[in-house]
Amino acid sequence: MSAPAAVRDIARRRATIAGRTLRTDRWWLQPLITVVGLVAWVLYAVIRTATQKYYWVPQYHYLTPFASPCISASCIPEASHLGQWLPAFPPLVPFAIITLPFLLGFRLTCYYYRKAYYRSFWLSPPACAVSEPHKKYSGETRFPLIFQNVHRYFFYAAGIIALLNTYDSIVAFHGKTGGFGFGLGNVILLANVVLLWAYTASCHSCRSLVGGRLKHFSKHPVRYWMWRQVSKLNEKHIWHWRGRRWARSR
Amino acid sequence: MGYDAKLRVWRGDDEGGELKDFTVEVNEGEVVLDVIHRLQATQAPDLAVRWNCKAGKCGSCSAEVNGRPRLMCMTRMNTFTEQETVTVTPLRTFPVVRDLVTDVSFNYEKALEMPAFQPPAELKPGEYRMAQVDVERSQEFRKCIECFLCQNTCHVVRDHDENKPAFSGPRMFIRAAELDMHPLDAAENRKEFAQESQGLGMCNITKCCTEVCPEGIHITDNAIIPMKERVVDRKYDPLVWLGSKIFKRAGA
Amino acid sequence: MARAINSEIKAGRGSPHGGIFLDIASRRTPEYIRKRLPSMYHQFKELADVDITAEPMEIGPTCHYVMGGVEVDPDSAAARGSIEGLFAAGEVSGGMHGSNRLGGNSLSDLLVFGRRRAGVGAAEYATKIGERPKVAQSDVDEAVTEALAPFTRDSGENPFALQAELQQNMNDLVGLIRTADELEQAIKRLQELAARVHNAAATGGRAYNPSWHLALDLRNMLLVSECAAKAALMRQESRGGHTRDDFPKMDPVWRKVNLICKLDESGVQVVKQDIPEIPTRLLDLFEIDELHKYMTDEELTRHRDGGSLSDTTAASEGGAVNGVRRETARLARRRRGW
Ligand SMILES: Cc1cc2nc3c(=O)[nH]c(=O)nc-3n(C[C@H](O)[C@H](O)[C@H](O)COP(=O)(O)OP(=O)(O)OC[C@H]3O[C@@H](n4cnc5c(N)ncnc54)[C@H](O)[C@@H]3O)c2cc1C
Ligand code: SF4
Ligand code: SF4
Ligand code: FES
Ligand code: FES
Repeated sequence: MSAPAAVRDIARRRATIAGRTLRTDRWWLQPLITVVGLVAWVLYAVIRTATQKYYWVPQYHYLTPFASPCISASCIPEASHLGQWLPAFPPLVPFAIITLPFLLGFRLTCYYYRKAYYRSFWLSPPACAVSEPHKKYSGETRFPLIFQNVHRYFFYAAGIIALLNTYDSIVAFHGKTGGFGFGLGNVILLANVVLLWAYTASCHSCRSLVGGRLKHFSKHPVRYWMWRQVSKLNEKHIWHWRGRRWARSR
Repeated sequence: MGYDAKLRVWRGDDEGGELKDFTVEVNEGEVVLDVIHRLQATQAPDLAVRWNCKAGKCGSCSAEVNGRPRLMCMTRMNTFTEQETVTVTPLRTFPVVRDLVTDVSFNYEKALEMPAFQPPAELKPGEYRMAQVDVERSQEFRKCIECFLCQNTCHVVRDHDENKPAFSGPRMFIRAAELDMHPLDAAENRKEFAQESQGLGMCNITKCCTEVCPEGIHITDNAIIPMKERVVDRKYDPLVWLGSKIFKRAGA
Repeated sequence: MARAINSEIKAGRGSPHGGIFLDIASRRTPEYIRKRLPSMYHQFKELADVDITAEPMEIGPTCHYVMGGVEVDPDSAAARGSIEGLFAAGEVSGGMHGSNRLGGNSLSDLLVFGRRRAGVGAAEYATKIGERPKVAQSDVDEAVTEALAPFTRDSGENPFALQAELQQNMNDLVGLIRTADELEQAIKRLQELAARVHNAAATGGRAYNPSWHLALDLRNMLLVSECAAKAALMRQESRGGHTRDDFPKMDPVWRKVNLICKLDESGVQVVKQDIPEIPTRLLDLFEIDELHKYMTDEELTRHRDGGSLSDTTAASEGGAVNGVRRETARLARRRRGW
């Protein structure tokens, strides 16, 4: 044998089949839907955060999750449950600047979002067995994509944010006249928190950390149990996609 | 019951070839491989096609049917309309031998590079004991029939022959995961091997391997992503990284 | 089971496609079926849209294993006959499983005898012979000419059509249930097919050409078919996978012989060959009662309890006698500490 097949293959001929794919189904539909959906959501989110209005509903104690935690001096004091340790933000700098990078980072490095945007935006590949337009490909081995490996640190951050949001949603059970209150806003805030937890807990990093990284489940029955629960959630991880957009956009 | 199907089959070899049109009889309950066999028996005796079990168990009859990587013996003709032209082509990613047959040596050589199962030194044959919950994950990967449809579909090599030396492909990633999760495997460096020698980092988890696997193995969710996480444990965890730097320095 | 299925179908109680219905859904839970029979579940679902956890499946008997094969020396796995240095193990070797292989035994056979007999045997042979035998150029030339012959037969027949005919013949006449008439008919047809098989033609080039491979293989298929048909005709009893409608009983006399096929100028010859006697130490592992069905009285005189056999069988079939025999057997077992 001469060179290994991996090297020999490069010089050998494949079947001469014209066209980037022979698929006859509408393989382009899914990436298209993803592009339209994601662009719409990002536009909405940018406008919403930049306008910096309606983030706090005083009579009901609703704090929109985008703006939490509200820890700068530009915040309305009642909305700043954790105190105000930062000076006032200059105009046009959104409150969300504190959590948004983490939440965006969490999503940007999410294994499922990665699949979605690699396919729909980067067309790498646009669909299975449809060739990609790029001349070179190195995957997630180099800068900048090697940073996808930090996903688990965003997961830790998301866990903390989920805790804060949970606190906000509890505080929101506050009636107009003090005491206990309940309204549509509570449902939305609560749904948001549940979805955020569901998304965070079903994350692949979470699945690995709670138990997936073990070699012997039999020696760690509790972590094995947790791993099984997270695995079940993990199968539905992407459901969040629609649900969370729905809650955020209220 | 039966009807005449329009079939388009790639015929040729490494010198070149083309799609040829045929009309072949189809009967109730038949799969693409049956029709290819009928074509071979009645019109094209020298049509090269690899097959063995006709039961989706040997992984020999991999090809692309209407552009989709499939086992020909597990693709029913009644999934197409009677008017539809069914196009059958060889796997794109590997060098063609003739007609529907490709040379899949790439996969066997990648398998050879993989360090074998390493039993614990203190155990003798006959003393191996494993709990079912510990082997369950590996068992999913043992279902692999080595059809190499995942290897063929993976864009890392399908669209880039030049990546072949550095990339072992999803079939080998499930092997890596199988051994790394094996309760008795004593090898220490499977994660490093996956990242550095198998090209795990080149995978961008776009899941086409999982989509085409005829055994329904969750290649991406249960093997590749867990392996990526395990690699992070070893390689991209700053605390571990810092620790190893400090201790190395101290020791030197 | 195959025989039972066959008789049901013959009696007109078959399923729409000429098989029978097998129902596991009513006997096992869906989880059990999916876990224990994953391939079967998957195949029925994918290929027939049948969910075997919920409904019965249509099945029929088919060829599953070839019990006959190359005759080998039991210790070295060297093939008997004139070819030196040929070793065989597994399904291609004959005799390992007697008249009917038990489920699962094939894979154990491969693991044990593939290594112990064929692998080690061949290695020993290769180290012992010293000098490698030389192939005569004339033999090579002859083999090449023969191999390439299908390409030169312009008016030759389509090998795929021939194979289909051969298959049909064997399925119809040398199938599950055999009779002398049908076997004779099959042999006659095989002889007619022979001339046509030797005129099978290949088209196209030499690279990966199935029609060429088949044209060459057909000659061997024909030989194996002829062996099976002739041996089946000679063996006038029913045993294991071989069922003769005209000789429905198992006959202990036939157990004592193997049928060996040999090829000479006039075709396949079948000869009877005595099988070696079972050593008494193995014979004695069984209760004598268990052996009556399989062995002749003469053979059983060698059994530990066989001494009085001629008297007891000569005596009445009375329960007392049998009872006594069973009692001694039980004592014997206790003595050995079973
Ligand atoms: C559907 C089915 C289910 C079965 N299930 C079981 C089971 O559950 N348990 C069990 O124990 N047994 C089972 N068996 C039987 C068992 O699988 C076979 O007996 C066994 O695999 C035979 O192995 P082998 O190595 O002897 O022969 P094979 O596996 O048939 O190998 C023969 C090899 O020789 C090659 N060959 C042929 N001609 C040439 C040539 N001219 N030149 C070079 N190479 C050649 C072939 O390509 C093949 O690779 C099953 C059989 C069938 C058909
Ligand atoms: S998920 Fe990774 S290995 Fe699988 S096809 Fe996509 S890039 Fe290849
Ligand atoms: S993992 Fe699936 S697709 Fe890949 S070779 Fe194995 S069976 Fe085929
Ligand atoms: S958030 Fe999607 S996988 Fe971690
Ligand atoms: S022929 Fe074996 S998998 Fe298709």
